[in-house]
Amino acid sequence: MATAVESFTEQTIEVAGRNVRLLQGGTGDPVVVLHHSTGNPGWLPFFEQLAGKYAVTVPDMPGYGQSERPPWARDARDLGILLHHTLDKLGLERVTLVGLGFGGYVAAEMAAMNQHRLKALVLIGAAGLQPDEGEILDQMLIDFPDYVRAGFRDDTAFEQVFGAEPEQPIKELWDLSREMTARLTWKPYMFSRRLAPSLSEVQTPTLITWGTQDRVVPPVCAQQYARALPNSRVELIEGAGHLVEYEEPEKVAELIAGHVSKQ
Amino acid sequence: MFIGYFTERPYQDQESGYFGAAGRDITDLGLSNESYDPRLGAELYNRYLDEKVYAEQMGFDGLMLNEHHSTPFCMGSVMNVEAAILARITQKAKIVLLGNVLPIWDDPMWLAEELAEIDMISRGRLVTGWVRGTGRESVAHNAQPPFNWERFQEAHDFIVKTWTTPGPFRWEGEHYHYRYVNPWARPYQDPHPPIWIPGVLSRNTVKWTAEHRYPYVMLATELEPTRQSYEYYAQVAKENGYEAGTQHRGYLFKVHVDETEELAEQAGRKYIQGPSNPFLEGNQGQVRPFIQNLPGLTSRTNLLPTVSSFALASSRGRQQAHQQAQSEAQKQQQQADPDKQDKGDFLGQYEEQTEKMSIISGTPKTVIPKVRHVLETLRPGSIFFWDGDGAMTHEDSMRSLRLMGEEVIPAVREIGKELDLQSPFEVDPKTNQPIPSAVSDDDGR
Repeated sequence: MATAVESFTEQTIEVAGRNVRLLQGGTGDPVVVLHHSTGNPGWLPFFEQLAGKYAVTVPDMPGYGQSERPPWARDARDLGILLHHTLDKLGLERVTLVGLGFGGYVAAEMAAMNQHRLKALVLIGAAGLQPDEGEILDQMLIDFPDYVRAGFRDDTAFEQVFGAEPEQPIKELWDLSREMTARLTWKPYMFSRRLAPSLSEVQTPTLITWGTQDRVVPPVCAQQYARALPNSRVELIEGAGHLVEYEEPEKVAELIAGHVSKQ
Repeated sequence: MFIGYFTERPYQDQESGYFGAAGRDITDLGLSNESYDPRLGAELYNRYLDEKVYAEQMGFDGLMLNEHHSTPFCMGSVMNVEAAILARITQKAKIVLLGNVLPIWDDPMWLAEELAEIDMISRGRLVTGWVRGTGRESVAHNAQPPFNWERFQEAHDFIVKTWTTPGPFRWEGEHYHYRYVNPWARPYQDPHPPIWIPGVLSRNTVKWTAEHRYPYVMLATELEPTRQSYEYYAQVAKENGYEAGTQHRGYLFKVHVDETEELAEQAGRKYIQGPSNPFLEGNQGQVRPFIQNLPGLTSRTNLLPTVSSFALASSRGRQQAHQQAQSEAQKQQQQADPDKQDKGDFLGQYEEQTEKMSIISGTPKTVIPKVRHVLETLRPGSIFFWDGDGAMTHEDSMRSLRLMGEEVIPAVREIGKELDLQSPFEVDPKTNQPIPSAVSDDDGR
């Protein structure tokens, strides 16, 4: 699969008694990116784009990738607690928190918990809310390569990134990630009815971004997040799928930079 | 020797399009219940209950029931209801539940109460088995698969405590919480109904079962992997300070008996027609591996030798483990004919299945030596004949049951005595001591 390999470092820190792995690159104001429920396969072109302007930190969320599983964690909120601890250990304040898909769900929970840490919030195709129309695509009822495939606007886009037949380590990442996801958000799947009410006092400037062809989290959720978060705005990316940061890394990075520069 | 009777109670609907070898495949969680006909369901439930009653009359020691959800190959989605009816309408056969799917119960106290009622109504004839269930069970009742094994163990511990500890007490576990455990109904048997554990694939389950000294019943797995799995049980038993015996081994296999070899073949072929469980050895049908292989449902690596069976591996989404088992354990066979095993399993050919005794069908004269071979190879103290399945009719079942009663069961009992195959009702699996009440019992129960 195509990943940029230029300039990033890898480190592992201990948080609440378990290892958390981080990829970091770039300099500038801190940006923290939370990955999808399928885990983070590496230092992606999107991270490289952001690292041109910011000090980017991409943790493997606890239980995903090379971060150890907290066996007690039961929902996205628990991950949010651990990730706040992670940022404490890293001494990261006034961060721009970017959440992708399920990572967006966790990011929204983190904003509800402690908005003072956040300079800005960016939710990209974020899960977390029960869609007013349609449903979030249930990865538990399809094969996981098909689930990732559905994240792209079309098969060509999928194959450009992962090839026609993804490599074994990538499949293993998806498989293990799916298990952690099943521990955290089996039912209800990928949303919490407690989230929207707890966002109503969050004043963090929030950019809500969605691919208009998102087949995983219905784009209607963009408006629902906009209603839940008082200081937010929506930017749709025409024709893009759920994995918009794979499909349009430059465009997404530009939107984030535009959002951060206004704060 | 304990001899039980089993059928999976297929939903046989000639009109549905899913019936018969040329019919549409049954796909896991891929069929709508809009084609379900409750009037046909009524006929079939009553038919299967009638056959169980007749099986008891023909001398079977046990009537086995199982449970699956959202699928036409097994109508026993609420097995305990059938068990409760059998408790009342049969007289002496054990009612063997293999088994209730513990992890999908959010309220296992309710299960403890149901089973206690069945045990009382039957006046102590319940054998309660517990399973972890396949993916379709977890999906159908929306139980979190990564906690399947934890919930199985905790529900087991909770139910056993509920049956053995005077209430009220409090239970604050990982997955189950009760502030007042004091069900008024208690089981008839003291301290509780025998617990047997069925299985096919998970080493964890075998280990746990051996640690608890429960009989382990292998469900229609191939002979050699079954034998190896029993060996693993025996190894764990040794580590826990006891010798595993025949009383710890049970085996379910497909046996049909008929009046002529022609009738036996006609009926035997029906095992792999009609709605039959694609998850078990020798059956046809479509499985969706990602549903059977739900995240965290079973260990990725801790599998039994049965994983070398392609059908079982694919039905559990374990093709990779299957390939590994193939390359390690069956290299020589592969060199002789690289595709033989896969072809046989995958195609589910009747001839292949009979050759390796996944299906035994014939007249008593030809069936009895094959049953002897199974008993000699595996040395189980409990066996279950799986009959009347797939596309078999009521008449097919009844002919077979009659001949089993007249010829097969008496002969198999003699073989059991000759081979010294003691059942858990003759030798206590907890102590390995003879059970006094069984000594004078001529028919081995």
